[in-house]
Amino acid sequence: MTETPDLEQNPTVARIRSWKPDAIEGLVSFRGELTILLPREHLFPLAEFLAAAPELAFTYLSDVTGVDRFPVEPRFELNYHLLSLSRREAIRLRVRLQGDSPVIESVVPVWPTANWHEREIFDLFGIRFEGHPNLRRILMPDDWEGYPLRKDYPVEGPR
Amino acid sequence: MTIVQTATGPAQTMVLNMGPQHPSTHGVLRVLLELDGENVVKADVDIGYLHTGIEKTAEALTYSQAITITDRMDYLAPLSNNLAYCLAVEKLLELEIPKRAQYIRVLLTELTRVASHLVWLGTHAIDLGAMSVFLYCFREREGLLNIFEMVSGQRMMTSYFRIGGLALEPPIGWTDRVQKVLQSLPARIDEYEDLLTKNRIWLARTQGVGMLSAADAIAMGVSGPSLRGSGVDYDVRKYFPYSSYEEFDFQVPVRTECDCYARYMCRVAEMRESLKIVKQALEKIPSEGPIKADAPGIVPPQREKMKTEMEALIYHFKIFTEGFAPPPGEVYQRVESPRGELGCFIASDGSPKPYRMKIRAPSFANLQALQKMVEGRLIADVIASIGTLDIVLGEIDR
Repeated sequence: MTETPDLEQNPTVARIRSWKPDAIEGLVSFRGELTILLPREHLFPLAEFLAAAPELAFTYLSDVTGVDRFPVEPRFELNYHLLSLSRREAIRLRVRLQGDSPVIESVVPVWPTANWHEREIFDLFGIRFEGHPNLRRILMPDDWEGYPLRKDYPVEGPR
Repeated sequence: MTIVQTATGPAQTMVLNMGPQHPSTHGVLRVLLELDGENVVKADVDIGYLHTGIEKTAEALTYSQAITITDRMDYLAPLSNNLAYCLAVEKLLELEIPKRAQYIRVLLTELTRVASHLVWLGTHAIDLGAMSVFLYCFREREGLLNIFEMVSGQRMMTSYFRIGGLALEPPIGWTDRVQKVLQSLPARIDEYEDLLTKNRIWLARTQGVGMLSAADAIAMGVSGPSLRGSGVDYDVRKYFPYSSYEEFDFQVPVRTECDCYARYMCRVAEMRESLKIVKQALEKIPSEGPIKADAPGIVPPQREKMKTEMEALIYHFKIFTEGFAPPPGEVYQRVESPRGELGCFIASDGSPKPYRMKIRAPSFANLQALQKMVEGRLIADVIASIGTLDIVLGEIDR
């Protein structure tokens, strides 16, 4: 993974910088994919900005993926894969969350498709999304205990 | 069936449980329908009945072993799943795949698209009362499955694409089989169109049914033919070409009516476009050349070399005992599966097993749009709307 100053030249990054300089915590380019690291509190305002700004138009949310880096802290990682259909550009937003407070604001008001993606992450990682209209388990049974995709979830023996 | 109390007084609506065991839900989908007479007031979609923890399983397998479980997600298009996963790992490893393997991959995934659309057409038609189309579609699909069996040894769980190329050299005579399909299938598709495209019952059941506007479709993350039936031309093959798709000449069918009929027309046109790609691929594929990348330690060595070179034997042993370790990092690879944008996210921590593998299943996002399509409509249209989304519960629940 490389962090180079020329990532700042990327038009998307430059536009975000001019909107709010401290919204970006870091930039990573790996195998031609741009990842923008954000502090948790900036995710929702930035999501609104990325979707609404006509010159960016990241109107399509492909996917939201959780990763558990246990035992490293901050433990959880959320990856938002965004697509701008009009400009044919894809970026990834990444937010890291501490294991003791896995809470983040829901992006459902910006991208309604996040509804099920966030429910899935809640179901499998136990990350809570504030402002989600219907935060219930989606794949596992409603009365299931534990979060199967966490790395400290036992894969055999009693749970 | 339960009668519920509503805010305005005694029972006016009724909650009907549709599925998970219901033939027209295409698997184990459950929809809770709140009905006012024949009108759907509210639809609550419930999934998870087929959850098998495939993503968790992948974390315990090596990169090569995990290919086999990708087949089992979208079981109607196993090769598209193989492709998404292999391309993601190859991106992580920065592997260069020989052109011959790339073209064979394109050819087979396009045949997969046709086979998958045939199943969709047959089941969608039988849901709406057209019995014979179903039988014809499955007959033609069998011919395609025979090709998959010929190259990989399996009709459905192919696992034919491997990291770095293909599993085996395709057998002698396989191109003749493909040629035969290319000759017969266009006329067969004409036959299906004769049965349906201007059929008055078909028109009545699909036109103006399952409406989904372009704005709603984008907001709900819908992709594939379901999105293109709403007038958005997003196709990963054109937007972010992979596996040499940029070298092929094909159109992306788009319709603007936003209804089930538009999506039907899109898929039928897509089958013809896929056959065009297959035809071009057949001409492009060199008769000789490597089908695997030159990457010792990642791609298993040839049998001959293992008998004569010690290094090859060591590599073979290492690949199959501990696997290979890509550099740490994350990649997201999207491909156009028959259902839409199929994404494979892999987070590597530098060990021989994927630290996290996530599949962005197109059906998962597409199914979210169902609520919007059926609320306020008739209960009979729910069947048409589920069918038109072309869902596979295997990849939704994973």
